[in-house]
Amino acid sequence: MAFYDKLIESLGLADWCSNEASTGPVSMADLLKQTQGDDSAADTSFWDTPFPSLDELNAACSAIPKTRSVTDGVENSFLSIKDPLKTVLDPITQPLSWALDGSMWLFEALPWFVVIPIFLLVVYWATRSLALVGFVGVSFLFMAFIDHYLPAIQTLSIIFVCTSFSVVLGVPIGILMSRSRSMRRALVPILDMLQTLPTFVYLIPLIFLFSVTESKLYGIAIILYAIVPVIRLTDLGIRLVDKEVLEAAHAFGMTDRQKLFKVQIPLALPNIMAGVNQTIMMSLAMVVIASLVSAPGLGVLVLRGIRNLELGVGLVAGLGIVLLAVLLDRVTKAALARVNAAQKQQ
Amino acid sequence: MSKNPMISIRNLYKIFGDTPDKMMELVRAGIGKEELLEAHGHVLGLQDINVDMQEGETTVVMGLSGSGKSTLIRHINRLIDPTAGEVLIQGDNVLEYDSDRLRAMRRSQMSMVFQHFALLPHRNVLENVALAPIVRGDPSESYDPEARHWLERVGLAGYEDHYPHQLSGGMQQRVGIARALTSNAPIMLMDEAFSALDPLIRTDMQDLLLELQNELAKTIVFISHDLDEALKLADHLVILKDGLVVQQDEPQHILLNPQDDYVVDFIADINRARVLRVRSIMDPISQDSFVGDVDQEASLEDVIALTGGDTSGMYRVTRAGAVVGQLDLKALVRALVRTKASDTRRAF
Ligand SMILES: Nc1ncnc2c1ncn2[C@@H]1O[C@H](COP(=O)(O)OP(=O)(O)OP(=O)(O)O)[C@@H](O)[C@H]1O
Ligand SMILES: [Mg+2]
Repeated sequence: MAFYDKLIESLGLADWCSNEASTGPVSMADLLKQTQGDDSAADTSFWDTPFPSLDELNAACSAIPKTRSVTDGVENSFLSIKDPLKTVLDPITQPLSWALDGSMWLFEALPWFVVIPIFLLVVYWATRSLALVGFVGVSFLFMAFIDHYLPAIQTLSIIFVCTSFSVVLGVPIGILMSRSRSMRRALVPILDMLQTLPTFVYLIPLIFLFSVTESKLYGIAIILYAIVPVIRLTDLGIRLVDKEVLEAAHAFGMTDRQKLFKVQIPLALPNIMAGVNQTIMMSLAMVVIASLVSAPGLGVLVLRGIRNLELGVGLVAGLGIVLLAVLLDRVTKAALARVNAAQKQQ
Repeated sequence: MSKNPMISIRNLYKIFGDTPDKMMELVRAGIGKEELLEAHGHVLGLQDINVDMQEGETTVVMGLSGSGKSTLIRHINRLIDPTAGEVLIQGDNVLEYDSDRLRAMRRSQMSMVFQHFALLPHRNVLENVALAPIVRGDPSESYDPEARHWLERVGLAGYEDHYPHQLSGGMQQRVGIARALTSNAPIMLMDEAFSALDPLIRTDMQDLLLELQNELAKTIVFISHDLDEALKLADHLVILKDGLVVQQDEPQHILLNPQDDYVVDFIADINRARVLRVRSIMDPISQDSFVGDVDQEASLEDVIALTGGDTSGMYRVTRAGAVVGQLDLKALVRALVRTKASDTRRAF
């Protein structure tokens, strides 16, 4: 006896219910009930009134679907569009795989005594700070010394590629967003969703769409998560450009193109750079989770720490990630400060 | 006045809101600014503006905050499009220009100076000054000497490689003026160009502008909410109130013949002795005994200093040595008293 039997009967739906017996899947609750034996529920008190949910109504009337059918429905509809989606997405996203694999190959192929000096030169070029160069150098030598050079370089390679893609895609999207109100109205909810979606949830549909052996699988997960701040801050930066300066651009007869490249983007640059900084930090966070779907690097070691309860391995790898985070953050912030100083507003 | 004004604004209306064209019919039917705002949510920015600006003259537009000064000046280079009316530049209707033609006009015919300077913070002073030729796409050899010349002319030689944030406000506005001059445009629009500067620097800049104007004779449209500044610079003064022109004329004439109480209040606090010139109150010559000679451009203050306080005599007025009229000191004293609105217009 289910709680809502009386209700179904009084509505005169009993016939309809028994005619169309549900063929829905058996839920765990049903199984438990069967094993425990059905003791009569007729004397359920008022205080125990269950919410009339799908499962509860199904118990009284088998024509009503169970909740499980809903999730099945979602799954089936996703599976049914999966193949067409895959034929479209596969070629579009292929360059991402090439970039990820190519960069990984390059970083691994070059010997450490070439890679580390290149890094130091890049850091110096971006920040003009010898202190930071020293810090980066010591960090790398330390990681190399404890045999974490390879995973660290793999993680960096992934971040490098994903950040580049995020900037190349995100800045134009941000520019479009700053120009049209309807574009912004359409994009803001998507960006909000991307930012609040639990990171693991990104992986679920992607696993179905792409094979786990392809590097673009984790690339896409990272980019989807990390691209949001570049888009947001590009949009913000361009909208914050001093109105009078824009008027001057118009008054002196600039074309839209000149306005964009000579005024809007340069003046929005500090904000765009702040977005890039956040993007880097977010890809670093995601790269650890992405190691669940075969992203190489320090995340794999963290995962090993969890799976095999190898406390030390996990902690040291985690420390390496923190070190990378601090280092990337300091370097991009210093570069940002340099841009800021070069164009402090009046 | 010459017959062909450089800039001519005809029956210009501007309504801010969602459906300005629909509101335009109501305005033509005589609805007022307040009612339009309360009943329809539209702002009547400008109504029925008619102003001629002569070549080589400085036209000053003044009025209180919100009277529509910025809106008006932005119609001249079409940063704002009007709801109705015409803007003619040397007889050409700017509103008929397509975007290419409009851009060409902004590049070659007009330059603009802004209240908060509006320099490009990421470009150095020289690049800022050369903005107009850079936008036009000229090669740097052709504009470099020009830009340096104007930078030197506004007193900033040696600052070529500085960035705007390294300069004081007054210096930044000098860069703004040099930028406008480098464009070589005959028309210069200045929206409260000196309002953000402190008083001493401001006087300096006004003197600089007068000096440049003596030499270059540009057609300047200058926005100000400071009457002293307006009187100092203006050849033609336009007083705006709530989007309407209340009075426009030669400034001395406005001082002596204010058309309504609004203008009277407006000019109440200025130092008339310092602003009024002998030529504005002199009479045709009619007698031959004089206490002395004064130049027609002398201010009344100068004349009072000359008399040593004795206000009874008659002076002979000269221009470049030639006699042009006579000045009765009694008339001078009368001119110093605040004028009432002229009776003919008070009936309005
Ligand atoms: N884009 C706009 N939308 C709606 N109303 C506007 C807009 N621009 C100006 N206005 C209105 O038009 C009127 C005139 O504004 P304007 O900026 O021309 O005044 P102003 O004389 O330059 O004042 P200020 O001395 O403060 O600069 C004001 O009432 C203002 O609220
Ligand atoms: Mg204004």
